[in-house]
Amino acid sequence: MTLSLAHFLALGAILFALSVVGIFLNRRNVIVMLMSIELMLLAVNINFIAFSHFLGDAAGQVFVFFIMTVAAAESAIGLAILVVLFRKLDTVDAQELDSLKG
Amino acid sequence: MKTAYLLAAFAPLVGAIVAGLFGRQVGRAGAHWVTIVGVAISFAASLWTLFDVLEGNTFDGPLYAWAALDSLTIQVGFLIDPLTAVMMCVVTSVSLMVHIYTIGYMADDPGYQRFFSYISLFTFSMMMLVMANNFMQLFFGWEAVGLVSYLLIGFWYTRESAIYANLKAFMVNRVGDFGFVLGIGLVLAYFGSLDYAQVFAEAPNLADEQVNLWGVTQWSLMTVTCICLFIGAMGKSAQFPLHVWLPDSMEGPTPISALIHAATMVTAGIFLVSRMSPLFELSDTALSFVMVIGAITALFMGFLGIVQNDIKRVVAYSTLSQLGYMTVALAASAYSVAIFHLMTHAFFKALLFLGAGSVIIGMHHDQDMRNMGGLRKYMPVTWITFLIGSLALIGTPFFSGFYSKDMIIEAVRYSDIPGAGFGYFAVLAGVFVTALYTFRMYFMVFHGESRWGRAHGHGHAAGDDAHDDAGHPDDHHHGLGPGDKPHESPRVVTVPLVLLAIASVVSGAIWIEPMLFGGFFGDSIHVGENHGAMATLSEHWHGWLALGTHALQTWPFWLALAGVVVAWFLYLVKPGVPAAIASAFGPIYRLLDNKYYLDRFNEIVFAGGARLIGRGLWRGGDQTFIDGLIVNGSARLTAWFSGVLRLAQTGHLNTYAITMIIGVALLMLFVILPLL
Amino acid sequence: MSALTALFYVFAAMTVFGALRVITARNPVHSALYLVLTFASAAAIWMILKAEFLAIVLVLVYVGAVMVLFLFVVMMLDINMDSGGRGFWRSSVAIFVGIAIALELAAVLFLYFKGASIADAPPLPADYNNTKALGALLYTEYVYPFEIAAVVLLVAIVSAIALTLRRRKDVRYNDPSKAVRTRAADRLRMVTVPPVSRSTAPPGAPEADATDGEPAK
Repeated sequence: MTLSLAHFLALGAILFALSVVGIFLNRRNVIVMLMSIELMLLAVNINFIAFSHFLGDAAGQVFVFFIMTVAAAESAIGLAILVVLFRKLDTVDAQELDSLKG
Repeated sequence: MKTAYLLAAFAPLVGAIVAGLFGRQVGRAGAHWVTIVGVAISFAASLWTLFDVLEGNTFDGPLYAWAALDSLTIQVGFLIDPLTAVMMCVVTSVSLMVHIYTIGYMADDPGYQRFFSYISLFTFSMMMLVMANNFMQLFFGWEAVGLVSYLLIGFWYTRESAIYANLKAFMVNRVGDFGFVLGIGLVLAYFGSLDYAQVFAEAPNLADEQVNLWGVTQWSLMTVTCICLFIGAMGKSAQFPLHVWLPDSMEGPTPISALIHAATMVTAGIFLVSRMSPLFELSDTALSFVMVIGAITALFMGFLGIVQNDIKRVVAYSTLSQLGYMTVALAASAYSVAIFHLMTHAFFKALLFLGAGSVIIGMHHDQDMRNMGGLRKYMPVTWITFLIGSLALIGTPFFSGFYSKDMIIEAVRYSDIPGAGFGYFAVLAGVFVTALYTFRMYFMVFHGESRWGRAHGHGHAAGDDAHDDAGHPDDHHHGLGPGDKPHESPRVVTVPLVLLAIASVVSGAIWIEPMLFGGFFGDSIHVGENHGAMATLSEHWHGWLALGTHALQTWPFWLALAGVVVAWFLYLVKPGVPAAIASAFGPIYRLLDNKYYLDRFNEIVFAGGARLIGRGLWRGGDQTFIDGLIVNGSARLTAWFSGVLRLAQTGHLNTYAITMIIGVALLMLFVILPLL
Repeated sequence: MSALTALFYVFAAMTVFGALRVITARNPVHSALYLVLTFASAAAIWMILKAEFLAIVLVLVYVGAVMVLFLFVVMMLDINMDSGGRGFWRSSVAIFVGIAIALELAAVLFLYFKGASIADAPPLPADYNNTKALGALLYTEYVYPFEIAAVVLLVAIVSAIALTLRRRKDVRYNDPSKAVRTRAADRLRMVTVPPVSRSTAPPGAPEADATDGEPAK
């Protein structure tokens, strides 16, 4: 069939679903959780680009620009927090982070 | 408002306040002087009032408006009429005698000033009661005398038996008061006012009014009201079955037994019924009820007097029996006869109590008659006055008691309300019983061999079954030790005895004609036309001398004589016989000894029942329901609920993330489903 | 099927495969590398969509910076491989949720976005320069968010450093903020000493007897 918007959007959907599953599956590894978040952002970006192309509006790409900026900043800070956490607990297992347990 | 009324009512109050609050400052002498002066002023004022009333000056008016409610103004006021004047004189005269007597009797007591304050306070309360012109003030006086009685019975408050007794008195009185309050409530509801004048004026209009009881039956308003008021009188005047407190009230010092439980407080009920005569005359049922209760009390309390060993207890049961006589007279619509007997009884019963007190002093506070005997050699004045009192009590012709008692018996004979037959039988049989126990007491105490040398049972306790080794103030040696002899009491004790003896002899003959047949009471007592006992009595009246000489032809005289002879025989001639009779009639003796098991009944049913309910409510209601279920239960519920909620707080990042994701998925579902 | 469609399928397959391996790899270094693959494939797809600037930026920024950062961190932290596993018994729930989300998204897609074929996209002029077009938008209409984005990056830098900064304990240094905050009164105290008269006191003796070491500045 001819390439249509639906293909790209389907791809974004699959990536999004995969990243959600990734969060579910990787509870023991915070780094992979962060990577799943990056995947989620990637899926959203694909959507934006696809719409931008099919609507002829470059604003979608500008938005992707900003999303990437923020994603980079967020992963930097997230990894910094991870490093500090690892120094404290000597593990990246999210199951160990239960000080807030009620 | 005449000054005399104010003095009569409030002089004792002033004395009470000074002696009570400033007892330490004024000292013992100061306390007794101020109270005696107060009561003496009150007595003088009462006498003046009596003479004023005899000239025809009555008074009914307010003194002070105490509270103004919506439709009702509660006043403090005085109603001075012949009935009030008689009561005032009786109360103040006996009170004065008792005040003087107390100087001697309570000489060694540490609570001297407190005692004088209390008896003056009592006098004030009783005066307010008899001088009231409305139900609220009557009730105030009623409660106040109950309170002071409680304080005085428990005067030696370190004694357990005294505390039991005063609480018992208060409780039983409370039961009576409950009925009384119901009666007052009915009066207020149906008559619309608490003033005597208005109520009595309205009474004939409501003679046929019916009142609905518990939605089930209709009863005559007058009957219900009068019975409720009489229940109050039953409590105060110790009629069966609310009599149980009076024997125990002997725990108090003898002067108050004389003042309160012989002459004044217990007569408040009699006074009440007389005062309410306009109401009682409209209800035959209520009068029958009064008759039956009074007759039961008169006869059966007399029986109990025969088996008592404590001298004060005998006189106490005698009081109960005589109160029954007064009640029977009231029921026969012979209100003036009842008041007359109230007056004479006040004199000779106070005399007997004070005489008993004198004997007790002489015996160093031993009250057991089995340890006495032959006291007439050692205490002559006491002996003579006691004999006079006894003769008056049994109704010896020409003594005061004869006139009043005989009139009662005759009045009941001529009464025709249901129950009058039983009443007549009871008062007649009671004459024999009265003579028996009175002279049993007299012979055991003053004649026969002196028994105090023998180490007999320690009968000091004011009750055959009470043991009280705990702290009677004069406890150093009660009872006479070996080698001691009883001695006559000091003048302050014997002078009142003599004065009361004189009154016991003459008051009957002098005052019977004016009081009963001379229209003395006038409008203060109202007798309906269908109750003709008084009318018949006045037809048969031929003067005091005639009545006295005629006595030899009547039953009461011979019954009384028989009683004296039997007592003489059983206790002087053959002293071993009573014990034999007691063992022969074992069950009857036990019944009497246990006061018809009424005390046990009250203990088990009412006291035990109350305790049971209390315990049930405590365990079931308070502990289980309120504490366990509501208070602790709500805490446990909160804890459980938070325990459940806590499961959501895992502290794990993933759990929160997963929860969020699942939430997002569900939200998306809700958005998408309508679109499909 | 046109060449474009075939290319799309190839790159899409690589993307999905890479994403799958990211979440299922045991070794986190492998996960990071597969993520690189995913990003690269995604960049290719963006090229298909004629967004070449962003495609290159994706490779430069994400792969070149962010993934390198991930790799640094992964290799720096001595992660215990055994504890770095995953909970197998949760996988059924996970897969179920994942499928649910995918289906929901797909439902939305196929209800509303069927049919728009790539040929229907508005045609672009022949001399279309994606970079120029983006730049034109960015510096005119969206210049304010652009500046804010710069601030966000600055904050990210500062916070990343501040979080992980460890100080050496044995270094001595002058704290400039403290130096600026000192007051003369903390350093120098003037004390009045009454003169002691001596017969031959030399004139001109200075009064400031009590001094501390440092002159007041």
